[in-house]
Amino acid sequence: MSDSTVPASNPPSGPPSNPHDWLRRQRRWSWYEIGFWVLAFVPFFFFPTYLTLASSIAITALFALSVDLVLGYAGIITLGHAMFFGLGAYSAGLITKAGWGEPLTGLLMAGAFAAFIGFLSSFIIVRVQHLALLMITLGLGFLTEELANTMSWLTGGTDGLQGVDVWPVFNTFEFDLWGYTAYSYALAVLFIGLLVARRIVHSSFGLSLRGVRENLTRMPAIGSPYRRHLQIVYTISAGMAGIAGALLTHTTETVSLDSLSFQRSADVVVMLILGGTGRLYGAILGAVIFMVARDQLADMNPQYWYFWIGLLLMAVVLFMPNGILGGLARLVKGRG
Amino acid sequence: MGVGETVLETSAISKKFGSLEVARDVSIALPRGARHALIGPNGAGKTTLINLITGQIKPDSGRIALEGMDITGLPVAARVRRGLTRTFQINTLFPDLTPIEAVTLAVCEREEISSQFWRPLTAQTAAIDEAFGILKQLRLADVATQTTRHLAYGQQRLLEIALALATRPKVLLLDEPAAGVPKDESAMLFNVISALPEDMTILFIEHDMSIVFRFATQIIVLVSGGVLVEAPPDEVRNDERVREVYLGHSHAH
Repeated sequence: MSDSTVPASNPPSGPPSNPHDWLRRQRRWSWYEIGFWVLAFVPFFFFPTYLTLASSIAITALFALSVDLVLGYAGIITLGHAMFFGLGAYSAGLITKAGWGEPLTGLLMAGAFAAFIGFLSSFIIVRVQHLALLMITLGLGFLTEELANTMSWLTGGTDGLQGVDVWPVFNTFEFDLWGYTAYSYALAVLFIGLLVARRIVHSSFGLSLRGVRENLTRMPAIGSPYRRHLQIVYTISAGMAGIAGALLTHTTETVSLDSLSFQRSADVVVMLILGGTGRLYGAILGAVIFMVARDQLADMNPQYWYFWIGLLLMAVVLFMPNGILGGLARLVKGRG
Repeated sequence: MGVGETVLETSAISKKFGSLEVARDVSIALPRGARHALIGPNGAGKTTLINLITGQIKPDSGRIALEGMDITGLPVAARVRRGLTRTFQINTLFPDLTPIEAVTLAVCEREEISSQFWRPLTAQTAAIDEAFGILKQLRLADVATQTTRHLAYGQQRLLEIALALATRPKVLLLDEPAAGVPKDESAMLFNVISALPEDMTILFIEHDMSIVFRFATQIIVLVSGGVLVEAPPDEVRNDERVREVYLGHSHAH
């Protein structure tokens, strides 16, 4: 992003001299953001045994980011976004099985396919709201999962897709057992995903999405073709989720039905609520917390680890309604 | 009175909710530059009429024409894009946006640049300038970058109008713009309204008769969904039927 890479410290709040300056300040990179990306390199040096986990966190974070675009910004509640993650995962796998193992083009093709399906389903999505919307997304998710299950000749069914062969990234970096390549690859794609998402939310289009979220009644009254906005963001989000799914295929070299599961759709919403919706980094933070918690808790008590997630979820919703990042932002602001 | 060609016209529109007749054969015509007031006792169907004209509700029968074009079947947003805009009696704002964001949003929607997801908002300088100009006009420039939910109530009422103005309306329907605003502030609010461009056609609902008589050039009295009287203020003031409706109403309760 050529025009937004200048870091700036958080300026003190107060009436700005003109609205342009104020709006420009809204999209500047903060030190917190830069700090976050520096921290993202820590696993390479201090936790090399956790690189596989780190890479699956980065993938999940990209998935959560895609859901934040629809849920956090546009207010589309979804319980079926794993459908796009899974579609991306399967198409990435099938592309390698068809003999094309180049990961970057595979990523783009898988993303494009998921985006296409997202575009098709967006025609239904924008026509419903609230509970109906929840049920439609849920239903589409179930449909896709069962389709993948039935079409075992293509997907491998419950056994999953075997024999995925991915070529080295840039024809140079082989996927290694330790996960150096996997994490670098996933982190780089997550970073690009964040740049794209950032660009979108700070555009006039991003402003319209916030308008839809803030007051759906007013949008037509100011002449907004808001359904078209929602279709666009749903398509973009589906593509991003598909890319996340393709990343999982590339880094693990398998695809299972689990990638399409309701569980995954629900988990990602939980992550968003934990981290905080409508802030991009809330999605990433939520993914980090959720995945690290799962990793640590599952070691202690594999069967009951959702107990702790449930507890954490309730605590966050009750005491930090804007998520952990929202709570932190308030703390920082309060002190400043 | 500034009578010009008719800009907005309803021809015998009717609407029933079950057995309740909320609009009965309503035919009104607003000439360009009109400053018409729509009055009537509670439940007369004033807001319903605005909902019918702007398309939130579809009439059972009758036609609505804007600048001679039949718009009866058009959705709300399409009417707005043709220059027919309303404000709401109950604040219908974007609580988490700042006024500059909200009004810029409305300008971008009008200019059809709101789908540009790759161009930074800050690059839409013309839209931002225009939005800030509208906020200045409505004395909201000082709070342009404060979150809407934290604005004073009177300022939120002004923002209601600012959002409507950003659509560049030819016809502006104001549903009780001063609802809930203290008397002294509501006079200020109507001063702002009367300073709007002369060729903008305005229909407003208002309960305070002193304001109605001061700002309206024509008054439409609505009772039980039907037009009882349409006349200039002086005639309405002395109209027996109007007096009966209002006095009878206050006696009955």
